[in-house]
Formats: sequence, C-alpha cells, structure tokens
Amino acid sequence: MKTEAAAVPSLPARGEGQAFPVAVICLVILVVWYIAAIPMNWVVTESKIAAAGGGAADILYYSWNEQRPVIPAPHQIMMELWNAVFMVKPWAVKSLLYHGWVTLSSTLLGFVLGSLFGIALAIAIVHSTFLSKSLMPWIVASQTIPILAIAPMVIVVLGSLGFTGLLPKSLISMYLCFFPVTIGMVKGLTSPDPMQLDLMRTYNASASDVLWKLRFPSSVPFLFTSLKVAVAIALTGAIVGELPTGAVAGIGARLLQGSYYGQTVQIWAALFMGSFLAAGLVWLVGVAERIVLKRMGARP
Amino acid sequence: MKRFQATDLIYPALFGISVLVLWQLIVKGFSVPAVLLPAPSDIWAKLITSLPILWVDFVQTVIRAVIPGWIIGSLSGFLVAILCDRIPFLRRGLLPLGNLVAALPIVGVAPILVMWFGFDWPSKAAMVVVMTFFPMLVNAVAGLQASGHLERDLMQSYGASWWQTLVKLRLPAAMPFIFNALKINSTLAMIGAIVAEFFGTPIVGMGFRISTEVGRLGLDMVWAEIAVAALTGSTFYGLLVALERVVTFWHPSYRR
Repeated sequence: MKTEAAAVPSLPARGEGQAFPVAVICLVILVVWYIAAIPMNWVVTESKIAAAGGGAADILYYSWNEQRPVIPAPHQIMMELWNAVFMVKPWAVKSLLYHGWVTLSSTLLGFVLGSLFGIALAIAIVHSTFLSKSLMPWIVASQTIPILAIAPMVIVVLGSLGFTGLLPKSLISMYLCFFPVTIGMVKGLTSPDPMQLDLMRTYNASASDVLWKLRFPSSVPFLFTSLKVAVAIALTGAIVGELPTGAVAGIGARLLQGSYYGQTVQIWAALFMGSFLAAGLVWLVGVAERIVLKRMGARP
Repeated sequence: MKRFQATDLIYPALFGISVLVLWQLIVKGFSVPAVLLPAPSDIWAKLITSLPILWVDFVQTVIRAVIPGWIIGSLSGFLVAILCDRIPFLRRGLLPLGNLVAALPIVGVAPILVMWFGFDWPSKAAMVVVMTFFPMLVNAVAGLQASGHLERDLMQSYGASWWQTLVKLRLPAAMPFIFNALKINSTLAMIGAIVAEFFGTPIVGMGFRISTEVGRLGLDMVWAEIAVAALTGSTFYGLLVALERVVTFWHPSYRR
C-alpha cells in the first residue's frame, strides 16, 4: 500500500493516512509472534532448555533458534529466504527464485489464457440472450465445484494424454481465473447507459463498433478489478496444481517436500515467497491499470 | 421480487442435458478408455453402488470440517470487522493488511496447520477458518461503510446510540456485502478442506478419496466424488442465495 501511494505522488493519501496504523499493526503481529513462539515451541525445546540450565536467556535462545520448530521465529524465515534467494545460484534446485519462476510461468500462462477466455465468454454472453440465460447459471455452478480438489485428476489425465509440465498446471489456473473476468466483464460491457447505446444507434453503428468504441472502453475499470482477483487465484491454482503430482519444482512442490520431511522453516519460506509473488502480481496489474486509465484520460 | 420466467430454468436445463448427452455419446461412440474419461452412465452406476463410502467421506469433509470452519471463520471475520468499525485506528491498520492477505495463496498454510492440529478433521476445520476469515473481514468492513451520510445523519438527529445505528441502519445496509462474502466463503471452504486433506488425513474424506482413486486410476469413483462435491457446493450456494433474497428484499437488484 505504501509503495502504491509512492508510485503516484499526485494521488492524495486515502483516508487519514494508512502507513502509521499499518506499521503499528505489523509491529504488534511481530511481537505476538515472537512471544507465541515460546510456548508453541515448548514441546521441542523443553529438554534442550532444561539441559542448558533453564535461564531466561536459554529459553529465548532455544525458542527462537530451533532447527525444527513448531513455529519458526520471523528472523529464521527471513534468514532462510535470504539464503534460498541470494546465497545460491538462481538455477539451483535449492533456490527459491528457481521454484518461484516455475510457478510464476504457469501462473502467467494460465492467467493470460483465462483472461482471454473470460473476456471472449463475456462478449458472447452480452450479445446473445440465449447464451446469457443458458450459460450464466452454469458458469456460476462451475465455480461451486472445488476445482482445486480435482486438480490431481486433471493433471494425471492430461499427463496420460501426453501433456506434461507447464500446460496442465496452467489449465487449472485458467479454469480458476476465467470466472471473475467473465463476471466482471459482463457487468462492464453492460455498464454503458441506454442513452449512450441509443446515441450509437442513431449513428447507425454496427454491433462491433458499439463493442469497440463504447462497451469495451467503459468496461476497462471493471476489467482491471477482475484481473487483480484473477491473477491472485491463478497463482493459487498453479501452486495447488503442483501439489498432487509429485512435482519436483515450484512453490507447491517446496511446500509438499517441507511437509514430508518436517522442514517447517522451508515451508514458511516457500509460503512467504508465494505471498511476495502474489503481492507483486497484484501490484503490477494495479500499475497497468493506472497507466491505461491515465492514457484513456481518466482523472484520479 | 424479480419476476421468475420459465425460460430461466428451461434454457440452462436444456444446455446441461445436451452437454451430458454429448459427453455420453462421445465417450461411448469413440470408445474413450474409462481411465481417461468415464461416461456419465458409468459415473451414475458407481455413485449408486458406493453411497455408503460417499456418505462417510461427506460427513468427514463437509459436516466435520467445512461447516464448522465456515461458521467460525465467517463469524470471527464479522466480529473483527465490527471491532474495526468501532476503532478507526484498527481499521486503517488492519484493512490494507486484510486486503493483501485476501490476495495471498492461503492454501499454502495447509501443511503448517496439518502439523499443528494433526491429521484428523480439526486441521481441516482450521484451514477453512483461515481461508474464510479475510474475505468476510474485508467485505464486512466495506459493508459497514455502505450506509449513506444522509441516513446516518438522520439516525444522529434521532439521538440514536452507536449500537442502535449499527443494528437498525448499518448492519442491514451491510447485508449485501456480507452475503457476498458468505457466498465466496462457501466455495473457499470446500476448497480449503479438500486441499488440506492432500497433506495428510485419516483414511477417509473427499480429498483423500480423490487423491487415492486417481492413483488407482479409479476415475469413475473420482467423478462420483466430484458430483457429490458439486451438488454440495451448489446446494450451499443456492441456500445462501435464497436466504439473501429474504434478508435483503429491499435491495434494487430484487425489486420488480
């Protein structure tokens, strides 16, 4: 949020300024985390603390530096992240950059495919009453199916058909992220008011003219709002797509390996990496939104 | 209420039936192997014969994990939203973080929760709680701001207390947002519980069944589980939509 405000200095700060409250809340979370680590790690650290003498310094040291903690201290996660990102070559198996890239590439492919499909579907729905009546309920129903749960089957079936690697994971991302785009775009494409549509009629504009010159421009704000949601769930889809297939690379694979071998710190580091990716992607869509809206002449 | 036309029901039904028929014809016509895609008739046969297993899985996943988790997660998100509303400092600090967290791949927490709460249903319910908390928080905070200044001024001029304003004006105005979050959460809850089962479960549950049957290439059983999951999800969603119509009957989208 801070970076967003910094990127566009012309925008006035929203509300009464968020930086200070956010910082305070983050600090509170950190403090609670460190304190909670002591009782939560007690199961694993108790004997070591007793052996070292049991003083207050020992308690703090062992609670916050345990190799296989129940909950690692934040600085342990940061150290692990630092080591896995900057201390190894980017293409090494231990590098989180490498795993992040694997996940990111299928996320992006799925996101692009899903968004295009979602937009195409929305355009079809807006132009056909039959489609809007017959398809819309099924589009909504399709999202009540826990697709993430059948991801393993999709991947195994596609794998037996000869599709491996990037595409099956991307298809899961695509299935997840077309939905918000379709819903948002149907809303956006129908957002021009009747007066404007009537004006286009008096100009004798064709359906494609109306689409490109009126409907599409007025749907852009809706599009970007949906894209932000879509890119975040595309990433979730890619991560979950890596879980069931015994994938060797990707954030999901790191999570799974960590949980098999009880490497708590590794799980948390992978989780943070995924979160940074998500935040970065949403931020990028936000930047694109601002650039596009500015070029279209929107005023903040 | 919006007028309900017969075509609202007939068109989607026609579409669904034609997809099923097409599916059946393609699978049988081209004799697609059952390990790739079983025909709807095969899935139905499997569904009927394995009802006891499906029921046990349903109880483990939906009754024990999804529903309690969904209730606890949504309720706590709602309560924190009210707290945020009472304390503006908390709102300004927590809301950007909540927005951020709502975009994060929270399913990744599943392995950690399985480690903390064990293999059985408590870890799945905890997963559902974590997944449903933030959408409710963000939506409820937005909803509590949705009442207009004019209405709030009116309440002020009546000398209404904060609680009275909350109960009589702002909560009703927030209902569309809250139902939106509940609907999002109904899907997320199913996903959360099933994904958490990938990271370790007792030998029962929908996620467990799906992942083991995929391994044994028993795809008709997988599709039977999917059918149950889809039916559960749609019923859940449909009930919420019906409840929303009753609670927010005043909303423009339901007016005739």
